[in-house]
Amino acid sequence: MDGTDDPEKLAAFEARLAAGDRVEAAEWMPARYRVECLRLIQMHANSELMGALPEREWIPRAPTLSRKMALVAKVQDEIGHAQLLYRIAEDLGKPRPQMIEELMAGSSKFHNVFHYPAETWADVAVIQLFVDGAAMQTQGSLRSSSYAPYARVLKRICYEEDFHIRLGLDNFKTLAEGTPAQRAMLQDALNRWWQPLMHFFGPHDQASPHLELMMRWRIKVKTNDELRQQVLRQFVPVIQEYGMQVPDPGLRWDEARNQYAYTEPDWDEFKRVARGEGPKSRLRLELRNRYHAQHRWVREAVARWEMAA
Amino acid sequence: MNLGEMTPDARHVFAVFRQETKNDPHVHVGDVHAPDAEMALVLAKEQFARRDPCVNLWVARYSDIAATRYEDADMLEPSTDKSYRFGGSYREQQRVYRRR
Repeated sequence: MDGTDDPEKLAAFEARLAAGDRVEAAEWMPARYRVECLRLIQMHANSELMGALPEREWIPRAPTLSRKMALVAKVQDEIGHAQLLYRIAEDLGKPRPQMIEELMAGSSKFHNVFHYPAETWADVAVIQLFVDGAAMQTQGSLRSSSYAPYARVLKRICYEEDFHIRLGLDNFKTLAEGTPAQRAMLQDALNRWWQPLMHFFGPHDQASPHLELMMRWRIKVKTNDELRQQVLRQFVPVIQEYGMQVPDPGLRWDEARNQYAYTEPDWDEFKRVARGEGPKSRLRLELRNRYHAQHRWVREAVARWEMAA
Repeated sequence: MNLGEMTPDARHVFAVFRQETKNDPHVHVGDVHAPDAEMALVLAKEQFARRDPCVNLWVARYSDIAATRYEDADMLEPSTDKSYRFGGSYREQQRVYRRR
């Protein structure tokens, strides 16, 4: 496998996982298992932290006080998820300040979907309902992850994501049942977010030793294509129920294959965004860096508090 | 960072235990980084008690928590048949008794 792992320990580890056992931070694990878990959880933590930014922009502009309060609560949940995730990621061997540095330097990734602008209030509805809905599919499946600390944190995260999706549906429904201008705004948001949503789970799975290993070790539980079909089955009826248009003329139910057929999104765009060349990549990272600098005094105050204690 | 470790990092990580109602035990719900217990409680309230019911919070430094090792989990398994400790082992007597 890695060459560095004791073959006997590795065999015992694989037998345990095959029997459904899970791994705790303090237990022996193959070097590659540690690296892959860390990569996954660090990226997830980055995405929660960066994912708060597009919606955060709408807090001052929320249309009513109750919607503003709900949005604040939702954004706070996302930051809370980042805290939970960085906490368990650091136990895999990378200090938390280093992970924050890597995010701010652009050397570690955050999810593609947070590289796009949130142009109108309808974008907030689409993000809450569909982006969080898609995230829920991945995270829901990973509650059976073999890495026990991650699986436990995901229980709490999914519980809160459920609130975000219900909030999103309420915002979506209000616009969909609103004035022609509100419906047009919602359709425009759907049109712009459709491709990022089709990109959400990543490219089609290619059979590979890597994929096989990730599934065998339960670091990955469902394939990208399985998850994409799951969200189409979830999203398409909601969009249609409210008389909105699914922004893909090629979308149809394929009876024979028992799944949706759809127009391939632009996978070159996916790669560009993943390299940090999305429409808002640079601006969002600048914001993260600026907030980090602004809050330096808090970190310094905490350190001084400690010296005084 | 492992429980019971005396590393500088383990001093800054506090395990948070939440009690939902007085009828519930305190349950470990996550951790916070903090310079001391007072600050840990402030952060724990924000992160673990902002939505669901909570009547009480505990925080404890990781370095102060002693724990068994998962590698030694077999020492927690019963070494002999412990079925006599379970009510379910006495069904036969209950069945006979009920028939009378």
